Amino acid sequence: MIGGLFIYNHKGEVLISRVYRDDIGRNAVDAFRVNVIHARQQVRSPVTNIARTSFFHVKRSNIWLAAVTKQNVNAAMVFEFLYKMCDVMTAYFGKISEENIKNNFVLIYELLDEILDFGYPQNSETGALKTFITQTGIKSQSKEEQSQITSQVTGQIGWRREGIKYRRNELFLDVLESVNLLMSPQGQVLSAHVSGRVVMKSYLSGMPECKFGMNDKIVIDKQGKGGATEEAAGKSDLGGSGGGGGKQSIAIDDCTFHQCVRLSKFDAERSISFIPPDGECELMRYRTTKDIILPFRVIPLVREVGRTKLEVKVVIKSNFKPSLLAQKIEVRIPTPLNTSGVQVICMKGKAKYKASENAIVWKIKRMAGMKESQISAEIELLPTNDKKKWARPPISMNFEVPFAPSGLKVRYLKVFEPKLNYSDHDVIKWVRYIGRSGIYETRC
Amino acid sequence: MPAVSKGDGMRGLAVFISDIRNCKSKEAEIKRINKELANIRSKFKGDKALDGYSKKKYVCKLLFIFLLGHDIDFGHMEAVNLLSSNKYTEKQIGYLFISVLVNSNSELIRLINNAIKNDLSSRNPTFMCLALHCIANVGSREMAEAFAGEIPRILVAGDTMDSVKQSAALCLLRLYKASPDLVLMGEWTSRVVHLLNDQHMGVVTAAISLITCLSSKNPDEFKTCVSLAVSRLSRIVSSASTDLQDYTYYFVPAPWLSCKLLRLLQCYPPPEDGAVKGRLVECLETILNKAQEPPKSKKVQHSNAKNAILFEAISLIIHYDSEPNLLVRACNQLGQFLQHRETNLRYLALESMCTLASSEFSHEAVKTHIETVINALKTERDVSVRQRAADLLYAMCDRSNAKQIVAEMLSYLETADYSIREEMVLKVAILAEKYAVDYSWYVDTILNLIRIAGDYVSEEVWYRVIQIVINRDDVQGYAAKTVFEALQAPACHENMVKVGGYILGEFGNLIAGDPRSSPLVQFNLLHSKFHLCSVPTRALLLSAYIKFINLFPETKATIQEVLRSDSQIRNSDVELQQRAVEYLKLSSIASTDVLATVLEEMPPFPERESSILAKLKKKKGPGAVSVELEDGKERGELNGGGDRGGDAAIAASNASTPSPSADLLGLRSAAPVSGATPSAGSLLVDVFSEAGPAATSAGVNDDGFLRFVCKNNGVLFENQLLQIGIKSEYRQNLGRMYLFYGNKTSVQFVSFNTTVSYEIKSRILNVQTKTVEPLVEGGAQVQQVINIECLTDFIDAPLLNIKFRYGGALQNISLKLPVTINKFFQPTEMAAADFFQRWKQLSQPQQEAQKIFKASHGMDTEVLKAKLLGLGTALLENVDPNPENYVCAGVIQTKAQQVGCLLRLEPNAQAQMYRLTLRSSKDTVSQRVCDLLAEQF
Repeated sequence: MIGGLFIYNHKGEVLISRVYRDDIGRNAVDAFRVNVIHARQQVRSPVTNIARTSFFHVKRSNIWLAAVTKQNVNAAMVFEFLYKMCDVMTAYFGKISEENIKNNFVLIYELLDEILDFGYPQNSETGALKTFITQTGIKSQSKEEQSQITSQVTGQIGWRREGIKYRRNELFLDVLESVNLLMSPQGQVLSAHVSGRVVMKSYLSGMPECKFGMNDKIVIDKQGKGGATEEAAGKSDLGGSGGGGGKQSIAIDDCTFHQCVRLSKFDAERSISFIPPDGECELMRYRTTKDIILPFRVIPLVREVGRTKLEVKVVIKSNFKPSLLAQKIEVRIPTPLNTSGVQVICMKGKAKYKASENAIVWKIKRMAGMKESQISAEIELLPTNDKKKWARPPISMNFEVPFAPSGLKVRYLKVFEPKLNYSDHDVIKWVRYIGRSGIYETRC
Repeated sequence: MPAVSKGDGMRGLAVFISDIRNCKSKEAEIKRINKELANIRSKFKGDKALDGYSKKKYVCKLLFIFLLGHDIDFGHMEAVNLLSSNKYTEKQIGYLFISVLVNSNSELIRLINNAIKNDLSSRNPTFMCLALHCIANVGSREMAEAFAGEIPRILVAGDTMDSVKQSAALCLLRLYKASPDLVLMGEWTSRVVHLLNDQHMGVVTAAISLITCLSSKNPDEFKTCVSLAVSRLSRIVSSASTDLQDYTYYFVPAPWLSCKLLRLLQCYPPPEDGAVKGRLVECLETILNKAQEPPKSKKVQHSNAKNAILFEAISLIIHYDSEPNLLVRACNQLGQFLQHRETNLRYLALESMCTLASSEFSHEAVKTHIETVINALKTERDVSVRQRAADLLYAMCDRSNAKQIVAEMLSYLETADYSIREEMVLKVAILAEKYAVDYSWYVDTILNLIRIAGDYVSEEVWYRVIQIVINRDDVQGYAAKTVFEALQAPACHENMVKVGGYILGEFGNLIAGDPRSSPLVQFNLLHSKFHLCSVPTRALLLSAYIKFINLFPETKATIQEVLRSDSQIRNSDVELQQRAVEYLKLSSIASTDVLATVLEEMPPFPERESSILAKLKKKKGPGAVSVELEDGKERGELNGGGDRGGDAAIAASNASTPSPSADLLGLRSAAPVSGATPSAGSLLVDVFSEAGPAATSAGVNDDGFLRFVCKNNGVLFENQLLQIGIKSEYRQNLGRMYLFYGNKTSVQFVSFNTTVSYEIKSRILNVQTKTVEPLVEGGAQVQQVINIECLTDFIDAPLLNIKFRYGGALQNISLKLPVTINKFFQPTEMAAADFFQRWKQLSQPQQEAQKIFKASHGMDTEVLKAKLLGLGTALLENVDPNPENYVCAGVIQTKAQQVGCLLRLEPNAQAQMYRLTLRSSKDTVSQRVCDLLAEQF
């Protein structure tokens, strides 16, 4: 289990140090600083083993969070915990920065006491935590309230307290996806996958029972066989709009759920039913690899003219419905290390050579579907006495599109609250799809 | 030299550096550097000419970026351009960049060398200095090749400025150290030596470093420097402190120069010329006198400088070791320092005294300080000083004070630091042995040693006690009594149990008369320790028990009972179990006569170098060597009369005493051949052939060696544990040999160690080995590369010694490495006429070697041809008029010379005989090749 947890600033100074077990000594703090933060070469592995002690670290802007253990722990669990911890801190005091951590260090220690006990992760649900760890000073609570907190935290539904009441029952559903791609210069897909999350923000009264439906291939196929009785539910599609194709169902490779989802029911009939926590939560995460709609195609053309000149031409094509608009498009074309000058011509957007990053960055604010645009650049090179050839790193791209590249569609989200008298129809529901680029690269 | 003026400061550089310093994170720093690099690249693009200032600035920035740890792959050209500038600062930056960043890039090196040449030939002293510094800083072989001829000329030229001379001397020193073969002083030698007379002290100081280095390599050429150095030294020593102006340091005239002069003199023996010697002695006396004068300043620098000269003078006195008067004075001076309040001085005094103690003239003088040194050992706060004190005590010990010193060291041992305990133990053991007049004292001392510092007593120490006790009849009874008493302590160290078990097992009968130490009491005492001991000790105790059965038949029943108990006879350790079973059977089956023969008292051990001393030497390196010579003298009397047991006796004892002896014999450096037939009767052979651990291997094996005369690859050695394969290749006078050590067992070999030894190593062959991993896993193979350079012709092959532990038993294998003179043959093709002309030229009797011998293999033509080719010579067809005969020619390549060699082999098929004739320009070569080859057919 986790033996200790340290937070460092970018200089390697320790901001927070919490040791849970005796096998982690004081020198562990320094070991990580010396071997990872101040290492001669940049350490790229998130897990580092120093003297039979394992350090798991994540970095948030300039802040390093490191969990330390001497035991053979489940590394995925540790990272899950670290991410959760980042979420909790963000929920309490906003951005994770050196200043914020210094200002809230008492709170952080309090949180660490709560979410990690002798190195074992505990309840880290922000909503639940906020009921008893507050930033507003000590509030003398009545006995009743205290016992209610206890029963809620230790009870069956630890993530939602009773007696929530809203005048307007509202519900927001975001499907957030990031699409990853590696493509050969000839346009062959070398690897591609989409990792997505369904984030839900709910303002519902009482203890509502919800049921979520999407175009999961297994469910659709089963229903197709079962008959048309459920077809009506399929029609009550909440209004998602597909990007590229008339794909009916998608194959999900793997998925994980928020703790509120009843897994037994999912395993048995693949239906997703749950009582949501109040406010925001990540309902599920999933990954797909088949039939991905690639929103953009990058066609590179690199020509070396002698030893001192390089000509680059890059065409991007958008590959989705013309009615949709992609945003925040950025193409990053790496330049050789001995570049001495660059001339760029582009038809659309703005392009600039950024010497500090060794790349030409081409930005386009908006671009509709089924369009294409191109950039051409002349790169002057300085002859060097180094015989090393330029490695030609891939061209990468960033963008945001208003559809789910995996093809996922929300079919329904039904709400039942038997005790209070509001029905599914009274709930106002919103659905949004956002597809972003992950690592979206084309070799050149 | 012109300093960088304010106006010349580079603002852009300062801004860049402060930007880097202000970066919040590494990423930000890399971004800033990338940006700057792009900027510099665009500036260096070549289409616009840059002025010297900006070139300098950008080169400087590149240098800074490089020093931050980033790769720089451009800008070299610009830096080289800076070299040709006329401004000092620009030139300086150029040279700086070159000396930091240049690699052996062919085209640039040419340009750089050109620029350096220009600067060297310029009249501007600062430019010359810059160029010289650059050469010294780079110091590569290319630089040495280009300038090694030029620099001595600058050094001795009459019109060179003094500062340039200094730089030139130091630059030459650097080049000489890097590639000594390229710096040939030859004609310059005498003029360089005369630099010692130079007016300018700085030049002398620089030159003397060079001369010291050169003369340590070839002392004869620079002999003349001695008298010059002496006169220079005497001029400095006798000068008033104000005479030398700039070179007087806190009232001490030219301390650095004096130290270096004294150090130079230490490269040579005392001068033979009486006048020079007198002058030198005078100087040394003056230095010693000056040490007595009251200090002229209270500053620490003053005393430091004075003491530095003094200590250097004392080492010179010790080095000469011929002036009793001076040695005693030096000793007294050091004696004063022993009580100085400066710790460093005390340390140095102890250290120098250590060397003084080994000189016969000053040994007595050193001894007078014994009380102070003992006091230092006890009270000194710094462990390194205590260590020196212990060393000095060891060095000053002789017969008269041995008891006192050993007693002091023993009492100190109880509180000594852990880091020096083991060494102290070894020293006490050696001193006790060396100066033992009566052996009861020796036994007492060592037992005390084991009692006080048991953990630090290595195996060798207690082996040695046993060897001595066994070899000395007069001490055995006393030893038995003492160990018996020592064992009565409730807690005693395992080493004590080992010594006790061994000695009581051998000589328990000598004290059995006393009812307090009756046989049964002895046995019970030993057995009470049994269960607290490790397996090897238990095995030793079991052997002691069986010896008890022989010594005291009345204990037989008790001991058999013990041996029969499950904890022995079914012990999970194989060794213990086997011993228990065998001893039990032996005691019940064998008659008393047989038992008495088998379990006879151990014969005396053969004399050899004390294993403890060897261990100390290994631990300490050269420090202990001085004692070794004396030790050789003392040892004879110590053990009273050399080789008592002949080789046969040892072989017999090896086979006829139970395994505990193997513990002792195992440390023998060359174990006797275990194959010798045991003399003790064949019924015992069965018992012991399976008893001991795997036998240590035979001595040097010769036939593997001969197989390799005509081939280069194959299996050199093989037994049930180890296989050694060999692969070798030779080119001219160089050879490379790959040895493959294969572990044939499934158990790993530990402490695997190989050494190649060659009697007169350095002169004839140059053998370099790479060390192998000390661990060889079961079934694994390790490789070792040996590089061989043949310096001149030779006869004896180098010996390869392999040591390793297999399941606890030390294995020791010695092999001749198949390196023979014929490996360095270079085949030579020649025509018949040519051959016979040469053959006739080599007609002197000593140039020819001939052998007539019987064929030991078949006389197959193809086989013979293959063997002759394998020899390395060229087989010449159609040369000899008789087609049956074989004729070969080759040149043996050694570093010293090349030896042409002609060979003629005449087979006689009827008689199955050969006649082999060898002719070469060197008689030893003919003989050797002839001998080697005769074994092959």
